[in-house]
Order: sequence, then C-alpha cells, then structure tokens
Amino acid sequence: MSLVHYLILAGILFVISIAGIFINRRNVLILLMSIELMLLAVNINFIAFSSYLNDVQGQVFVFFILTVAAAEAAIGLAILVVIFRKRKSLEIDKLSELKG
Amino acid sequence: MNSILGWSELTPILPELIILATACIVLVLGLFTSSEKGGLLVLTSIVGVVFAAITTAKFHMGDHELTRQVLFNGNFVRDYMGDILKIAVYAVMLFVFIYSKQYLRDKNIFKGEFFALMLFGMLGIMIMISGYNYITLYLGLELLALSSYALVAYDRDNMQSNESAMKYFILGAIASGMLLYGMSMIYGAVGTLQIDHVALQVSNTNNTMLLSFGLVFIMVGVAFKLGAAPFHMWVPDVYQGAPTATTLFISSAPKIAAFAFAIRLLAQSLEGLFDNWQHIISVIAMLSIIIGNLFALQQDNIKRLFAYSTISHIGFMLLGFVGGIDGYAASMFYIITYALMSVAGFGMIIILSCKGFEAEKISDFKGLNQRNAWFAFMMLLIVASMAGFPPLIGFFSKLVVLKAIVDQGYYVMAGIAVVFAVIGSFYYLKIIKVMYFDESESDQEITAGFDVKSILSFNALLQLGLLLFIPSILSYCIKAIETL
Repeated sequence: MSLVHYLILAGILFVISIAGIFINRRNVLILLMSIELMLLAVNINFIAFSSYLNDVQGQVFVFFILTVAAAEAAIGLAILVVIFRKRKSLEIDKLSELKG
Repeated sequence: MNSILGWSELTPILPELIILATACIVLVLGLFTSSEKGGLLVLTSIVGVVFAAITTAKFHMGDHELTRQVLFNGNFVRDYMGDILKIAVYAVMLFVFIYSKQYLRDKNIFKGEFFALMLFGMLGIMIMISGYNYITLYLGLELLALSSYALVAYDRDNMQSNESAMKYFILGAIASGMLLYGMSMIYGAVGTLQIDHVALQVSNTNNTMLLSFGLVFIMVGVAFKLGAAPFHMWVPDVYQGAPTATTLFISSAPKIAAFAFAIRLLAQSLEGLFDNWQHIISVIAMLSIIIGNLFALQQDNIKRLFAYSTISHIGFMLLGFVGGIDGYAASMFYIITYALMSVAGFGMIIILSCKGFEAEKISDFKGLNQRNAWFAFMMLLIVASMAGFPPLIGFFSKLVVLKAIVDQGYYVMAGIAVVFAVIGSFYYLKIIKVMYFDESESDQEITAGFDVKSILSFNALLQLGLLLFIPSILSYCIKAIETL
C-alpha cells in the first residue's frame, strides 16, 4: 500500500465524521462519536506521513492527539450527563433555547 | 541540544511555571475554603498573576530584551511579542478575577475550581502565545479550550449554560479537528512541525497542492477560534448562555491568544503562502465586519449584542493581517485595546447584576443615569470606545488598522469597514440613549463592593487614559512584530 491509499482512507473517515455531525439530527452521543472519528482520521494521516517521511515527529504528535482526545471526550460526556439530568433527553433539536 | 535541564533553561518559562503552581495551589485551597472566605482564593490568584507579571517584566531589564530565545528543542519561544502579549493577558486577567468574585457569590456558584480552571485556561493562553512547534501550539489551544468548555458549563443547574456548553464543545472539537487535519497536510508537505523550519521549507517545497489544502483547513480552525464570520455561530450562544463571569473571561484574554496563534501559524510559519492566505483573510474580515454589525442591530440581550460586536471587532483585527508588517502591528494594538475594552463592558454587566437578578436585557440599563450617574458615564465611555468615537481609544485602534491597509492600497476594503462601523454605532448609541433618556423601571441600587467599583471605574477611564500611551504602546507593537 502506498501513501496515497492511507491518505484516501483518512480523507474518507474525515468526510464520514463531518457528515455524521451535520446530517445527524437526533442524538448528541452520535456527535461525540463523530468527533472521535475525526481525530482518528487525522491520526492516520499523521502516521502515514510520518512513516513516508521517515520522521518521528508525526508519531509523537499522534500520542498527544490521543491523550487530548481522551480528555476532550471526558469533558464532552460530563456536559452530556448534566444535560441529560436536566432535560431527560439527548435530542439535538431540543437544544434550541438560545437563538437569534 | 540535548543538555540536561538547568536553571538557565527554566528561567524563560518561569511565568508559565508560576501560573501552573498558582493553579494547583488554588485547586487545593478551594477544597478547604468556604464561599464566605473565598477572598483567599481570589487573593492567591491575583498574587500568582502579579508574580508572573514581575518575572515577565524582568526579561526586559536584562540584556536580552530583544533577542529571541528558542528552548526545549524548538518547542517554546520567548520573544518580545510574547512578552508584550503576556503582560496584556496579565492585566486583563487581574480585572477578570476581581470582577467575577461578587458575581459568583451572588449566584451561589463560588468554588475554588472556577479560579483554578481560569488559571489553567490562562496557562493555555500563555503556551499559545509562546508555542514554537505545532504540537505545543495545539496543546496550548486545547488546554484553553477544555478549560473554557468546563467554565461555560459551570452553572450546571442552568439550562442555558448547559446548552451553550454543548454547542461550544461540539463546534470547538470540529474546529480542532479541522486545524489538525490542516497541520497534518502541512506536515506531509514540509516534513517538519517546528515553526521556523516550516517557514524555511515552505518556500523550497513544490508540494503546492498539499500546502494549499492544509492552509485552508488551518484557516478554518483559526477563524473558528477567533470567532470570525463564517464560523461565528457559537459566539452569540456561548456569550449569552455562559455565566457572565465566564463570558468576561472568554471575551477578553483568549482573543489575545487567538491573535498570537494566528501570527505564529500564518505570519510566521506560512509566511511563504502570504499571497494565498491574504485573500482568504480579507474575505473573512469583511464578512465578520458586515455580519457582526448587521446582526447586532436586532438584539435586545446585551450579552448577545456584545457577542456580535465582538465578531465585528475581530473582523477589524483580521483586516490588519492583510496589510503586512505594519498591519500585524496594528492588529496587535487593536486586540490589546479591545481586550481591555471588552473586559470593562462585561464588568459593567456584572456590576449591575445582583442576587437573583441578571442585567441581561438592554432595558435593564434604562435610566441608569438617574440611578447612578457615575456608572452611567462609565458605561458611556466603554460603549463609545467600542463604537469608535474619538477621543476614546477605540477610535485610535480602528484608525491605526485602517491606516495600515490604506497604505497598502486597499481602499475598497477600508471603505466598507468604515461604512459598517458607522452602521454599528447605531446599536451602541441605542444603549447610550436607553441609559440617559429613558425612565428607570427599577430603583435597584448597585450593590457591588467599593473595590470592584473603583477598579471598574479605573478600567473604564483607561479608555481615555490610554490615549497618553498610544505612541509607546504602538512602538512596542511595532518592535514586537519586527523582532519576530
């Protein structure tokens, strides 16, 4: 497999995650999953370039992205729990108090 | 290069270390202090910030004031621009800490975590200002972003606070994803992540396709973090939904960080693509000015109104990026003065709120002149400065930016910016009209303590007082950009 294959795979994953965020109109949890997918797509990109360029910096970056993604998911889920306690639902359409 | 960490390596990051230590101390202290004795937490935070300010200022006493120090294998840089921006951040954060105390107490959400999160956010800001590698910049950005998400959701029993936190989180995460995707493309094209190496490689490489692809994604990420126009959707919701003490923070210091971030990414590392990103920036800046000013016209919630006004201010700041070196300096001047202005504006909202009452609507400012003539005058100064009326500082910061781009021959853009600034002054004048010519609906006294009142007055009077220092601040900004 060449570099291009990996880039295409990462590109497809990235597009799927974006589509997941914008098409999905039901559940907030699916948004969180899409965000994780997006970061993983980026990781594939970094790893592919890193191995192609024989340079280790890209892989180091991936470690940092993974840890930050975990922290991000923790905060996202915390906010989600608070919302669920208050509203008893996770529907996106109901998050519409603020507008204008 | 692989020297063992010594004191000489650590001195340049002393301010960051002090803020980190303060954040940890506040976090622990918060466990043992009740909200009545919370003054200790505020005091500790303020002392930490003051110490950090002293150490940063000390760099200027030494002989390497203007030299750039790149440390930790090129992950961190201490330069003149960083020092100036950090000092501006300290000043803004001191105001934020002082204003937020009373508000948190009245809302019954006074906890140590609030100040710890703010300090961690501040650490993120300082790392964004001084990052010299894409990894460091990204980590600083996330430290700031994660703290801000938590701060926005801080008033957890408030539906609006939760909702805005969720929106902020989702959109913020998308923006980070875009930014990272862009960074990976740039990395693929140039094979390095360090800013000066990237700048060197960009002009040598022939991977223009990958580069411009990455550039576009990076621009999206930066524009989102700044809250600039096509990516501004989160700004009004977050400003309105978050507790005002959080809005105070989000609207001020992170803007300075976003400016530094944009400078490091665009002006420093991708300088070779200036012709490419200049067009994108000018479109974003124009859209921000137009959309920000037009949407602000129809708001009756003052936090939301300030949010749209922020978007237009950010547009003005980005306008400076079109003008090359002089433009960067003008933008820097603009963003520093804007942060001081914005913190005063939200401070005013905080001071008018009290137990069980949130001064959110424009109508809450009705007849402020009869209730308290002094603070009506202070609000007049702040709002007029935001609108850009001479002789206030807001006028001169707009003037500097416009001059920078007119010198480069962008007459049309300058013209549009001026026209929309004039349209924008309508909603600022509306606030002034409500304060001075409408009948007051309540006779609520301003309950804030003397310290907060005097600091806020000082902050508002800065809009006039800074006039004396315009030449020196401007020369700092120019020197900062020249020594990048």
